[in-house]
Amino acid sequence: MLAFIKQPWPWYVAGPLIGLIVPTLLLLGNKPFGISSSLRHICAACIPSGIPFFRYNWKKERWNLLFVLGIFLGGMIAAYFLADPEPVKMAPQLAADLAKRGITDYHNLVPADLFNWHSLLTARGAILMVAGGFLVGFGTRYAGGCTSGHAIMGLSNLQWPSLVATICFMIGGFFAANLLLPWILSL
Amino acid sequence: MIKEDNRYRSQKPSEDEFTADPATDTEKRGSLLRFLIAGIVFGIVFTKAEVISWFRIQEMFRLQSFHMYGVIGSAVAVGMISIWLIKKFRVKTITGEKIEIQPRKFNKGQIFGGLIFGIGWALTGACPGPLFAQIGTGATVVVITLLSAIAGTWVYGRFREKLPH
Repeated sequence: MLAFIKQPWPWYVAGPLIGLIVPTLLLLGNKPFGISSSLRHICAACIPSGIPFFRYNWKKERWNLLFVLGIFLGGMIAAYFLADPEPVKMAPQLAADLAKRGITDYHNLVPADLFNWHSLLTARGAILMVAGGFLVGFGTRYAGGCTSGHAIMGLSNLQWPSLVATICFMIGGFFAANLLLPWILSL
Repeated sequence: MIKEDNRYRSQKPSEDEFTADPATDTEKRGSLLRFLIAGIVFGIVFTKAEVISWFRIQEMFRLQSFHMYGVIGSAVAVGMISIWLIKKFRVKTITGEKIEIQPRKFNKGQIFGGLIFGIGWALTGACPGPLFAQIGTGATVVVITLLSAIAGTWVYGRFREKLPH
């Protein structure tokens, strides 16, 4: 049983389980699934700086901060108790392409060749981690949601603005993965 | 300490999902524990589903694998059916509260912000949820990515009035 759980879960198991977050949060307390809001609550709680956008009662949204704390702990439990000893699964074309660029460590879901404390001071690492993270935080808030709030919650509730947002996420991603990333990896 | 600044009081209330109304804060501290537990369960699911994998995100954007499309597609299908059932049978929360979902209003931010986030998603291999899970799996440097995402959120809040919406 445990060996079965330790394998990476196929999409038809993982996807429906992720979809169940939507009714779970609604039933637990009428909460909409949305994770990027937690970043805003952190700003509102720690560095509101008198900015109107961060002047609201963030304490009312504490559930969201506990939810993301749980996700962090869940990641920890999965990595330490339910880890798959095999290298990370990926399409062979991707592995071939990454190997050409010297990315050959496939032991973690986050590639250790790219995301480590030493590479933070290189142009490549700084773009991927610092600039990439900034774009995630800025973009999700500008769009009013992320993959959870728009692509899953918004589409589940048949909201067409969320479809627009999701399509734009994909366009941005296709552009960055195919045109920007090869250049960044060559730095 | 943050000084109360009355300049902002006179501004028109933004069309916003969060309000400054403290009167509705009825939840007790202990009752929020259920959201921590839900987070733990779904953190495990995110990790085992490999949606927090940088490699899976690259595959998706290079159209090299169906995995992420299958995950997101089936998640949306389950979410859609769940919301339909909740609305049809007027299901209430476990504490008997009415379930209401705010509709989404369109603004240009969904286009500009969407494109910007999409770029960040491909570079970091993570949307905000997976960032937290990635740190949990031991990729400690992702703390920097998370701090940078918080900074990005702050900068958006700071310059919100000047951006096209």
